[in-house]
Amino acid sequence: MATFNFELHELPPEAETLRQEVRDFLRTELPKLSTEERPRTWGGHHPEFSKKLAAKGWIGMTWPKKYGGHERSFLERYVVLEETLAAGAPVSFHWVADRQSGPLLLRFGTEEQRQRFLPPITRGELSFAIGMSEPDSGSDLASIRTRAEKVPGGYKVNGTKIWTSNAHLSDFAISLFRTQVVPDKKHEGLSQFLVDLKNTKGITIRPIYDLAGGHHFNEVHYEDAFVPEDARVGKEGDGWKQVTTELGFERSGPERYLSSIRLVLELINEVGKEPGERAAVLVGRLTAHLNTLRQMSLSVAAMLQAGKSPNLEASVVKDVGTTFEQEIPELVHALIGAEPHLDTGSEFEKTLGYLVQHAPSFSLRGGTREILRGIIARGLGLR
Amino acid sequence: MDEMRTLLADTCTRLFTDRVTPALIESTEKGQWPDDLWQAVEEGGLTLPQIPETHGGAGGTWDHAQVVLSAAGRFAVPLPIAETMLGAWLLASSGLDVPMGPITVAPTQAGERLSISRNGGGWALSGTAARVPWGRSAKHVVALAESGGKLMVARVAGGAAKVEPDTNLALEPRDTLTWSNAAVAAAGASDSLQPDSLWLGGALARSAQMAGGLEFLLSQSVKYVSERKQFGKPLSTFQVIQQNLALLAGHTAAAGMAAQAAFHAMEKGDAAFEIACAKIRVGEAAGLGAGIAHQAHGAIGFTYEHTLHFVTRRLWSWRAEFGAEGHWAERLGREVAARGSQALWPMLTAR
Repeated sequence: MATFNFELHELPPEAETLRQEVRDFLRTELPKLSTEERPRTWGGHHPEFSKKLAAKGWIGMTWPKKYGGHERSFLERYVVLEETLAAGAPVSFHWVADRQSGPLLLRFGTEEQRQRFLPPITRGELSFAIGMSEPDSGSDLASIRTRAEKVPGGYKVNGTKIWTSNAHLSDFAISLFRTQVVPDKKHEGLSQFLVDLKNTKGITIRPIYDLAGGHHFNEVHYEDAFVPEDARVGKEGDGWKQVTTELGFERSGPERYLSSIRLVLELINEVGKEPGERAAVLVGRLTAHLNTLRQMSLSVAAMLQAGKSPNLEASVVKDVGTTFEQEIPELVHALIGAEPHLDTGSEFEKTLGYLVQHAPSFSLRGGTREILRGIIARGLGLR
Repeated sequence: MDEMRTLLADTCTRLFTDRVTPALIESTEKGQWPDDLWQAVEEGGLTLPQIPETHGGAGGTWDHAQVVLSAAGRFAVPLPIAETMLGAWLLASSGLDVPMGPITVAPTQAGERLSISRNGGGWALSGTAARVPWGRSAKHVVALAESGGKLMVARVAGGAAKVEPDTNLALEPRDTLTWSNAAVAAAGASDSLQPDSLWLGGALARSAQMAGGLEFLLSQSVKYVSERKQFGKPLSTFQVIQQNLALLAGHTAAAGMAAQAAFHAMEKGDAAFEIACAKIRVGEAAGLGAGIAHQAHGAIGFTYEHTLHFVTRRLWSWRAEFGAEGHWAERLGREVAARGSQALWPMLTAR
């Protein structure tokens, strides 16, 4: 049996110094945003806030200086991530670029692509979306059908991407297309492209409203859209290997257990300084889970810092973490029984209303619970 | 993992694999004290990993203690290793020497009080302690007792108490011991000990043992479903089985992390927060994990003949000893609520 290895990791002193800087910054900046702009964790889109964060040097923190990065450690980056998420800062403008598009270009992009895209990302000027899923390809990502056919100077793209969060707000989407149809080998013939969402003819972006009426999802339709040769990331046909690496970047962070932290804090406000027995038990249990998940997530960050590829551990953290953040609204409902509110009512009632409706997505985005458990089972040697 | 921890883990695995056989556990369950095993464990330096060499220990840290206790849980070692470590810790904390031989500790029940009083030139211990682990087998009992409101550590000989035998679900001795002015072999006081120190220490030790037990459940379940065939193929090829074991892996990983964090905090000094977190998280994992492991094993895992129950019966008892999840959750929840929501995140990150 292959096994996982979570070692306790303590943050170095420089990370704790940085934590104070981040807290001071957030204490100044967050109150300037209106209540509507004060989103819940990483859903909030606020380009100006991202620019301010960038000015502090907190986007592309680990990247080489020659691309605008700051050559700081993964652990320092971790501190910035967990502090911004715990405070509910609006980070979605730069989130995808910082977490996966930039690292993907660093790993597989050309020198020209790195020089063109990475510096503006670190300045908080470029926003990225993820073009993976299609109407008939969700968890079975390798079955995608959107075709990129070779034409002079580039590719002609036809097909449809779906669930593309913030495509309507982003500048680019790193997208997975089929450049070659290899019979019976669906993992072959895939390639990744940097698609300019704002300046490509033949692209139509249509909104898909979520169950709460929110607009972050989109359908991105390609009809004879031309994508130039130099927009391809990596070698033609290497798309599957690259996309699984990219998904690895997506699975290990603190965003996988902190989505409901606002409700935990509101719960503590709601039950007061001297809670009853049931309320105290719930607060204590949630605290124990939070603390344990934080240690697990930090342990993965430390493995990344050490140059390891903790794919199994990252999947474990995401599975345990999303299960935890998903059950919080249910447990709070069971204890308090307050009616969830949309826009009226107390902060507690609104936060409950928001999270009850959004919790189902926690174990879908970034790889469903079932896919992750499949990865864990493979790590255990079961498949 | 530092070199010493790796070395210790390997030593434990080797020794326990060789000696802790189903037959040995069974004979212990029938009341036989496994003296050969105890001698080997003690000679191997596994009973006092975190005790300073000046007090007869191995001079390591609580992180080392965690490695040993985890391994002991993984192999369902039928010995008071945890209790010996705790007793030695109380003795060393009070400046007392640590004797050879198995030690147990008292009291282990919430609200129980033992008293110690002057008796000529020495001290005498009085009171009743219920469900003392390995009470009948221990060569020494280390008691946390009060003398006129002052907390003291007292060591008495194992035979000094009246013993009413009982057991936990795993048939590990959990005896009621009564002392009536029993002669104290050594007594001392310590500024570092509190009335709930033993309660915290016990919860800490059980967390590591349970985390180790969960590791066994996971490896045993993976092995079983890979070998067992139904419908013409190994159980491991069924997605529903894979998903269940992935869930068990998550609980096992979380339990290990929580226990590790608690032992490390103990080494640094103030561990009450991490111990509460560990007992809550590991205890929860123990119940859920035992359920998944039994489901994966089917009827054979429910027989006495199969070894799964050596661990699951321990988990069902250990999670309730030294405070169950609910007890620790209420205690932790009250502390968190009293500090208010603004203090939660800074508290987590300051640990």
